[in-house]
Amino acid sequence: MNGARIRQQIAFGVLGAITLLIVVPIILVILYIVINGAGAITWEFLTQAPRGGMKAGGIFPAIVGTILLVVGTMLFSLPLGVLSAIYLVEYARDDLFTRMIKLSVVNLSGIPSIVYGLFGFTLFVLLLHFGTSILAGSLTLAIMSLPVIITASKEALESVPFTYREISLSLGATKWQTVRYCVLPYAIPGILTGTVLSLSRAAGETAPILFTVAAFYLPRLPHSAFDQVMALPYHLYVIATQVPNIPISISFATALVLIALVFLMNLVSIILRAHYRKKRLW
Amino acid sequence: MEPEAKIETVDLNLHYGAFHALTDVNIRIPARNVTAIIGPSGCGKSTLLRCFNRMNDLVEHTQVQGRIVIDGEDILAPTTDLIALRRKVGMVFQRPNVFALSIYNNLKFGLRIHGMLSRADQIRETVRQGLEQVGLWDDLKDRLGLNAQSLTLEQQQRLCIARVLILRPDVILLDEPCSALDPIATLRVEELLRVLRQEYTLIIVTHNMQQAARVADFTGFMYLGRLIEFDDTQKIFTNPGQQLTEDYIRGSFG
Repeated sequence: MNGARIRQQIAFGVLGAITLLIVVPIILVILYIVINGAGAITWEFLTQAPRGGMKAGGIFPAIVGTILLVVGTMLFSLPLGVLSAIYLVEYARDDLFTRMIKLSVVNLSGIPSIVYGLFGFTLFVLLLHFGTSILAGSLTLAIMSLPVIITASKEALESVPFTYREISLSLGATKWQTVRYCVLPYAIPGILTGTVLSLSRAAGETAPILFTVAAFYLPRLPHSAFDQVMALPYHLYVIATQVPNIPISISFATALVLIALVFLMNLVSIILRAHYRKKRLW
Repeated sequence: MEPEAKIETVDLNLHYGAFHALTDVNIRIPARNVTAIIGPSGCGKSTLLRCFNRMNDLVEHTQVQGRIVIDGEDILAPTTDLIALRRKVGMVFQRPNVFALSIYNNLKFGLRIHGMLSRADQIRETVRQGLEQVGLWDDLKDRLGLNAQSLTLEQQQRLCIARVLILRPDVILLDEPCSALDPIATLRVEELLRVLRQEYTLIIVTHNMQQAARVADFTGFMYLGRLIEFDDTQKIFTNPGQQLTEDYIRGSFG
């Protein structure tokens, strides 16, 4: 009895320590960025284009570029990902072909992002003549985000109890009505989580946009989906490695803005999730 | 003096993969009566019930042979309109499985999927009729916005019956509808079934023999996928024609 209690204490201690081990570095990193970067964040920094060889001015074009890329990515990957998941869970028969597709989807999420970058460059920029553009970049990021969105949506759909489908069908609903009214509403929180997770990753990726959209220096804003844009992660890479004698606070401030954007996205998803949970009554 | 048959099966066989779940079932379910199907667990009574609205289609690797005739039409025919069939042959499940929606929306769901949504006051009237038929209206008329899952299990099961009734079915299949209810709630739901039998053909699967004796006009006894005996409930319980039926009813097995 006493031995069990001691082992229980040890287990608690180990689990707590591991949690701290994971959480503390994250907090430290964020703190470090905030301390070093917060001073450089001014209204001008957020609303002006870079000046003086990017050593002065702001990062407004990069902020706009990243937001456009995230929105573009979502436009392509969310419907495609959710619809594929619906097909895989609700419609596809459980045969070898389906299992191969599922396995491929899981494996796709393990591919390095630079490979997606090169793929997007070959397919969208060269073959389809989209050029280095928001369209090509969004599509590349969308393809990179798809596996996570599909996997998360698939799990969210599978977690909806089978009885919901059964009642709906027994009342004479079609398959699609069943999915639309009895399955999807309950899966939305899970789908949202996966989507935001993968969009956050897309917002911070450099490799996939390197050849497909990102501009080294482009102070004006884009006019169409076929224009290039600056993007926060690439801009950060540029000022941190390619521009000599730049004030370190500018790099940290850029990183802080990127983190804040991602945090904002997560916040929106948390609010949406709470909203959908609350009104479970569709 | 046999009442007209609402449902009739002819040499019905059903396989789940390699498992032979129903063997040569020939049953005539009389219209506007309560028919009980009894038998030990795994005898195929739920499977038979689920044939009547083709819910077995949802299970992969299911094969059905034979004929199931409802109102003169073979519902196993490939041309069968499953939506119309399931509207005509409603089903109430073992667990009271209301949607996590308001009482009102639980009922509205069926109207919505069948394109029966009309003016708000007409929907409300349909909902009222449905709830009145199952004896819930007086209790719940001021609380229609309440989440249906907060109701008692008996109320939930009544709501499930109302959800079927407002689609104006002919047949209602009940798969052990009282097994989640306490004895008093069970008696009250049985009372409801006796009222409903005047208008609907009811088929109830139950492992509770007293329930079959109380509520059913006709009773079928199934064993190992075969329909052993089908007759007046009175006769099945007092003077069964088969030794197997007698043993089961005496509680010798099952």
